[in-house]
Amino acid sequence: MDWLNILNLAVSEMINPISASFILCALGLSVHFGYTGLLNFGQAAFAGVGAYAMVIGILTFHLPILLALLFALACSAVFALILGIPTLRLRADYLAIVTIASAEVFRYFMTTIGFSSVTGGASGLSQFGDEFWALNPFTFSGKVGFGPFEYSARDWFIRIVAWLLIAVSAVFIWLLMRSPWGRVLKSIREDEDAVRSLGKNVFAYKLQSLIIGGGLGSLGGMVLVMNFSTVAPQNWVTTFTFQIWTVLLLGGAATILGPIVGGMVLFLLLSLTQSIMSGLVHLGWLPFLSDPQVGQIRFLLIGLALMLLVIFRPQGIFGNKKELQFNG
Amino acid sequence: MANEIAIGQAEPGCKKVDPILIADNVTRQFGGLTAVNVDHLEIPRGQITALIGPNGAGKTTLFNLLTGFDKPNTGSWTFQGKNLAGMPSYKVARLGMIRTFQLTKALSLLTVIENMRLGAQDNPGERFLVSLFKPLWRVQEAKITANAESLLERFKLDAKRDDYAASLSGGQRKLLEMARALMSQPKLVMLDEPMAGVNPALTQSLLEHIKDLKTNGTTVLFVEHDMHMVRHISDWVIVMAEGKVVAEGPPAEVMKNPAVIDAYLGAHHDTDLGTMQIKVVKEDKK
Repeated sequence: MDWLNILNLAVSEMINPISASFILCALGLSVHFGYTGLLNFGQAAFAGVGAYAMVIGILTFHLPILLALLFALACSAVFALILGIPTLRLRADYLAIVTIASAEVFRYFMTTIGFSSVTGGASGLSQFGDEFWALNPFTFSGKVGFGPFEYSARDWFIRIVAWLLIAVSAVFIWLLMRSPWGRVLKSIREDEDAVRSLGKNVFAYKLQSLIIGGGLGSLGGMVLVMNFSTVAPQNWVTTFTFQIWTVLLLGGAATILGPIVGGMVLFLLLSLTQSIMSGLVHLGWLPFLSDPQVGQIRFLLIGLALMLLVIFRPQGIFGNKKELQFNG
Repeated sequence: MANEIAIGQAEPGCKKVDPILIADNVTRQFGGLTAVNVDHLEIPRGQITALIGPNGAGKTTLFNLLTGFDKPNTGSWTFQGKNLAGMPSYKVARLGMIRTFQLTKALSLLTVIENMRLGAQDNPGERFLVSLFKPLWRVQEAKITANAESLLERFKLDAKRDDYAASLSGGQRKLLEMARALMSQPKLVMLDEPMAGVNPALTQSLLEHIKDLKTNGTTVLFVEHDMHMVRHISDWVIVMAEGKVVAEGPPAEVMKNPAVIDAYLGAHHDTDLGTMQIKVVKEDKK
């Protein structure tokens, strides 16, 4: 096994656009769950709504890329309103059920043949990125970079855009959460009725939180489909949602740095386990495994790691241990 | 006996000289059970009114109804002449009618000072767009913090300023909840069993705080079980039993009222149980 190669590959995976899109979605979930206590199990749907809205904006309405992005954010806000208005007055568990169901409804809706002239049906849509890629300021050919970070001009461009989005989102959340507005959100997480008794419109705050976190999820979806150059219904399965939850819990729920580092660590681990285990398979040390099976086994190991993490370090990598010592 | 609070005789539903809260025909049913059935009730302004009654009398339910935390089947009520029926709880609170809870609701994972700051009203930084720009809310936040600190000092919680509310004792949480309710300078404070689960030493200071509220011109309505406590600080006592107001009056008189003794001890409290025939029904064993 070439250890340097394995390590290089793993480190480079940390900043790839897929991990960036997971991080954006997890930042949104951090606003939902970490700060407001909303159990959203349909973050994949928010990502999907954003991605589809952007692509449909470009292909059907011929919007310029920036307008398409705003259109997508507006669509995700409308989606949040549709989800939130009936459920946010109820107990937290109901939102969890509705979000997971609506994510499935959304996915099946996108698969139906009836709307395939707009949505592309089961095969999805592609060829929407020309305007985006035309914005790329880098013109060099071949791979340029340092150490493990050597990419083509196209790869650099999407990475820089994705990580700029993460940086802007992180600052945005930080500004919100240090403010009295953020204090109300955190209080809602602790006890809704207490906040209500102090004259705050809890429902409106929860709706705002759902819209903001959903908007961040949409950004994640847009980054993902720009990277793939295609959008299809099967991108937004429930597994996607649970991987976002993994990223969030790995880093720490009510933190900003948590989801960012959590996403990088998850993709680092996925790449390391993949390379090491397939290396071992090739050496004949794991005779009971075949190469394709390795891809599945590593998720099993990640699941195990997540269980251990939740049991032994429930606050995640960056969470405040003190916050979890009380059960008050 | 004449008194300065009520107009005429002190009887259930009597008119007050200066009422702050007037409720009419408020009923709440849970299935077949009528939890609250109040024909007419007036709470005197600037006084300490105790709401007492045995378990299940509907005191907390009445609190929930009046503050918008529960919806009544019928009824209307006004606070300072403003109709509150059907108003959501947060709007009731904004009008200056703040309640606390029987099971203390300290926001555990916020610090004591953050708990206090949350109590303030009209903080521009609590609006979404304004919150992004600190200069727009910094001044108001500093004012709120200063106010919070002086209240914490009054309630002897200033040493706990930066501790998580979860680390406070049960009694301290009661104090924190009361102090937090005062952040908005309410006109009427409704305390649901402020003494429950508080050790005797702290009870004394809680009582003093309630008296202080009156001195500062705040009206207090509180639910309590302990009759001695009630006698100690309240100016007016309202007794509920089975959802109805059964007696009202100054504490000394109410305690003597036969309706109150019946409500608390049962109408047959002086009947010797030994002479009653008790029939024991045995369950059939299969």
